[in-house]
Amino acid sequence: MPTKPEPVLDIRDLVVHFQLQGGALSRLLGLGVRTVKAVDGVNLTLARGEVLGVVGESGSGKTTLGRALLGLVATTDGEVVYHDRERGERRVSHMRGRELRQLRTDLQMVFQDPHAALNPSMTIEEAVGHPLVIHGIAKGDELRRRVGEALERVGLAPVERFLSKYPSDLSGGQKQRAVIARAIILDPEVLVADEPVSMLDMSVRAKILQLMLDLKTDLGLTYVYITHDLASAKYFCDRIAIMYLGRVVEVGPTEEVFANPRHPYTKALLKAIPEPDPERMVPRDLPRGEIPDAAVPPLGCSFHPRCPEATSICGWESRDLRALIEEHWTRGSAETYARERDLVGDLEHLDRPDTRPRVGAGGALEVRGLLAEMRAEDPDEPLWLGVDAIDDDGDGVRVSFHPGEDPQLRAAGDVDVACVLYP
Amino acid sequence: MTPIELEEQDATGVDRGPVLEARDLRVWYGTDRGPVRAVDGVSFELRRGEILGLVGESGCGKSTLGRGLLGLLPDGAARDGELRFQGRDMLALKPREQHALRGRDLGMIFQEPLTRLNPLMRISEHFSETLRTHDKSISKAEIERRSLDVLRVMGIPPTRFRAYPHEFSGGMRQRLMIALTLVMRPAFVVADEPTTALDVLVEAQIIRILHDLRREYDTSLLLITHNLGIIAEACDRVAVMYAGEIVEIGEAREVFSRPRHPYTRELLRSTISLRTTGLNYIEGAPPDLVDPPPACRFHPRCPDAMNVCAQRHPVDRDHGAGTRAACWAADVAQGLVKLDDREAAPLPRGEISVADEA
Amino acid sequence: MGSFFRGIWNTKGQARWILLVGVVITLVFIVFAVLAPWVAPYDFNQTKLDGAKLPKLAPPSGTYWFGTNDQFYDIYSRVVWGARTALEVIVLSLVISIVIGVPLGIASGFIGGWFDRILVFVNDAIYSLPSLLLAIVFSFLLRGPLGGGVTAAALSITAVYIPQYFRVVRNTTVSAREATYVEAARALGAKPFTIMRKYLFGNVVQSVPVLGTLNAADALGTLAALGFLGFGIQPNEASEWGYDLSRALDDAQAGTWWPTLFPGLALILLITALTLVGEGLNETANPALRRRRLRPVVFPRREQDEERTR
Repeated sequence: MPTKPEPVLDIRDLVVHFQLQGGALSRLLGLGVRTVKAVDGVNLTLARGEVLGVVGESGSGKTTLGRALLGLVATTDGEVVYHDRERGERRVSHMRGRELRQLRTDLQMVFQDPHAALNPSMTIEEAVGHPLVIHGIAKGDELRRRVGEALERVGLAPVERFLSKYPSDLSGGQKQRAVIARAIILDPEVLVADEPVSMLDMSVRAKILQLMLDLKTDLGLTYVYITHDLASAKYFCDRIAIMYLGRVVEVGPTEEVFANPRHPYTKALLKAIPEPDPERMVPRDLPRGEIPDAAVPPLGCSFHPRCPEATSICGWESRDLRALIEEHWTRGSAETYARERDLVGDLEHLDRPDTRPRVGAGGALEVRGLLAEMRAEDPDEPLWLGVDAIDDDGDGVRVSFHPGEDPQLRAAGDVDVACVLYP
Repeated sequence: MTPIELEEQDATGVDRGPVLEARDLRVWYGTDRGPVRAVDGVSFELRRGEILGLVGESGCGKSTLGRGLLGLLPDGAARDGELRFQGRDMLALKPREQHALRGRDLGMIFQEPLTRLNPLMRISEHFSETLRTHDKSISKAEIERRSLDVLRVMGIPPTRFRAYPHEFSGGMRQRLMIALTLVMRPAFVVADEPTTALDVLVEAQIIRILHDLRREYDTSLLLITHNLGIIAEACDRVAVMYAGEIVEIGEAREVFSRPRHPYTRELLRSTISLRTTGLNYIEGAPPDLVDPPPACRFHPRCPDAMNVCAQRHPVDRDHGAGTRAACWAADVAQGLVKLDDREAAPLPRGEISVADEA
Repeated sequence: MGSFFRGIWNTKGQARWILLVGVVITLVFIVFAVLAPWVAPYDFNQTKLDGAKLPKLAPPSGTYWFGTNDQFYDIYSRVVWGARTALEVIVLSLVISIVIGVPLGIASGFIGGWFDRILVFVNDAIYSLPSLLLAIVFSFLLRGPLGGGVTAAALSITAVYIPQYFRVVRNTTVSAREATYVEAARALGAKPFTIMRKYLFGNVVQSVPVLGTLNAADALGTLAALGFLGFGIQPNEASEWGYDLSRALDDAQAGTWWPTLFPGLALILLITALTLVGEGLNETANPALRRRRLRPVVFPRREQDEERTR
């Protein structure tokens, strides 16, 4: 490892937003377009020769981040800088047309679904050689020779058996090898691999990962390995960035992240991976719920509604209160639900983020009693830490939550963590 | 063929035998190239409240076996052998009787819940339709009570009872599917890769729900998955399937710590887990089930193959500690059979290239 | 494409018969059309033989196989020459509408945005008009510059079919555009034109042959309708069945059946044949419509029974 890592890619405050059109009706009514913050302020540096793992669940923005690195999606804000060996710094995020197309000889991509990544009406020879044709690098015998070389390199040998095949004639693993051959034929610097093995059978995954490791050594590649699978990331990556809802919540050397996970989300992921270890039991203390809507992310820290270690300043708000009340109803009987539903009244208005929500329709005292009962039911529930006051308000109560803090990535030991527990 | 001797029902009429029992079950598909032997002579039993994991590479017949047990097969597929559910001979039932059993006593949970839910129907309507199909006279209040009960167990709040499927997240939809399956309190459920489309944290939640099913519902579950980790965590027993056959079956704990069959062992070794320190893989790919290899179907890929493995089909034998396996090498290792030197000599292996991989 | 023809060759059962019958009849018409100068005893507009007029409304006989009509034409010759006209118009109109409709559809679907919206609007407007009316209008417009010949008729029909190809190709393009392999092509640095030509074209034209044969039958009907109404090919330009039918209508009422029967029969036969080819292709090319051929499974007796179970 070089003492001072030389950067290849710099991601600076990268923001990628998507405009989501609503349904036909909401468009007719002129109701606003929703903005999904797929990538919401990411800073990362990719060092030459390293394997950087970007790990996250679906909806974490990891795939969008990968595409933004290649300029395949438009950047809303911030920049991606590629350090070209010959031409110096180049801003990928601000390139267009011809310039962007030429960049593809240096930055390449491997896709998740090998069954869809190859043009079904092109033979393997055409498909793998097409990058050379597109960039006018080789033709005729030279093209043939280089295609043969690339196929051999990825293990599709004897080459003659594959040249004239169509993708539909190949198995999943073979297709992914062809996709990799197509990506390396331009002799790129950086390869962004978006879940390259997740669609493959488990007995093939190891082979493809091994192939990628071999290629990295042979060709001096730098990888961005995007995945939801922590286990393969642990084996494969030098550094790991954990993403949640468009942000990097923890980033650091693989060993350190796995040995001492700091962010509660990282801890939860590690605990949740099903391990083929007969001594392990079903984990029970896992975060509830699912990844929230990126169009209206939670206030404060995005992970706080699911976080088992949340504190008073994590950004508690009305939607958390609603979730808590509903969760309470999954424990009681039908009669309790019927009675308490009338007591609580309408919950829909709680969906609007609010740190001083009003709730209740059956009398302030009764609602207050219900909340106390809920608290007694599960005193460890972190939401209560964030409640500053419960005041009477008509026939209901107003719950005042402590103002939340949006944690930024800060150094904690050898890693960077975005969590209020590591100030 | 001799009829299965059931552990007879006792005097109270309560079934003490296995919920499901398959003996030499075959499920083949007819094609122009000849029959596809997707399931080819499978025997196992499933006890009450037990979770049996079914694992193997894709193309080994796992899903076909799951569907075959429920009779959910496409045209052109045929079943043969013996299959008993609560003592009834399933293969002798008329299609109409089978249909009546499905949904009521037999359930299925699929990988993609959204494709199984009608986007135009509220959750409440899904439940009432399911319940009414099997009991026309059921009252509205009863429908609501039973639906809300099962939703509560799945962790879905009663406030969402009248919502539409698209208003739910992926994990919630899978909970809904499970709730819809369980509302009839089936005795046997097949779950085919129920968590493959879900994220790790949600997957863990669903696994926990499946694992806890028996506490509330006393359901026997066949859990089909390619994820060995899920099997280890959620299942009591595991059956390893290769090329249409169950090659090893036993207590999950035992099979994972002491795999008898080389396929099980290699499968465990090739799984990438947090403890992985080196990459291992099985050479080659599962065979074409129209024309599987003779004798032991795993012999072309098996690192332990002997001459006998290419000549005679291994016998399904008891290997102690509740494990059964069909493997000559395991038999020799356990001292269950004696082979002569010629038979026990290592099988000269043909080169397996990438050209044959999966 | 190779798999397409292999698919046709492997067609089984009903679809194969439909296809076979359609192809055979169509081939017979093509043979007659190509060999018209040799198999037809008279020219399409020949009314005299060696200076003497042919008989008027002569019934079918050894000399005049299908009889003659009120314009002194030999009906058999008119039918044979009519086949040639029909095929010329069909081929010409199909080629032109595919050559225009397919690239337009790919470009519209791939580029999207306003370009797509305008093209879709124009095409939908054309598509919503009754096709015959549209053909009549175009035939009127084209008669001035092009005369009442085969080209004018073919172009009038083309106008009706371009929107169909546009529509089908545009819609498949819109879904294919989202495919990973198209994004992969962008990631390789392919220009938009290259993506359309190398990655989209081959995958979106697969529905065109089926649509083409089905349209061929329809085009023939439209051509005949134009002729019947007097807006089609003029009798002195080429022989056309629809025109002959309309001329013979009065005679048919008077009991002279042969001038209507033979052109009518030819028209119906060729339309049917082309429809059969189209349907046959459709069933072959469209796996959703095709029922998988199922072979009953017969379980063999088990020889290794005693070996398997202990």
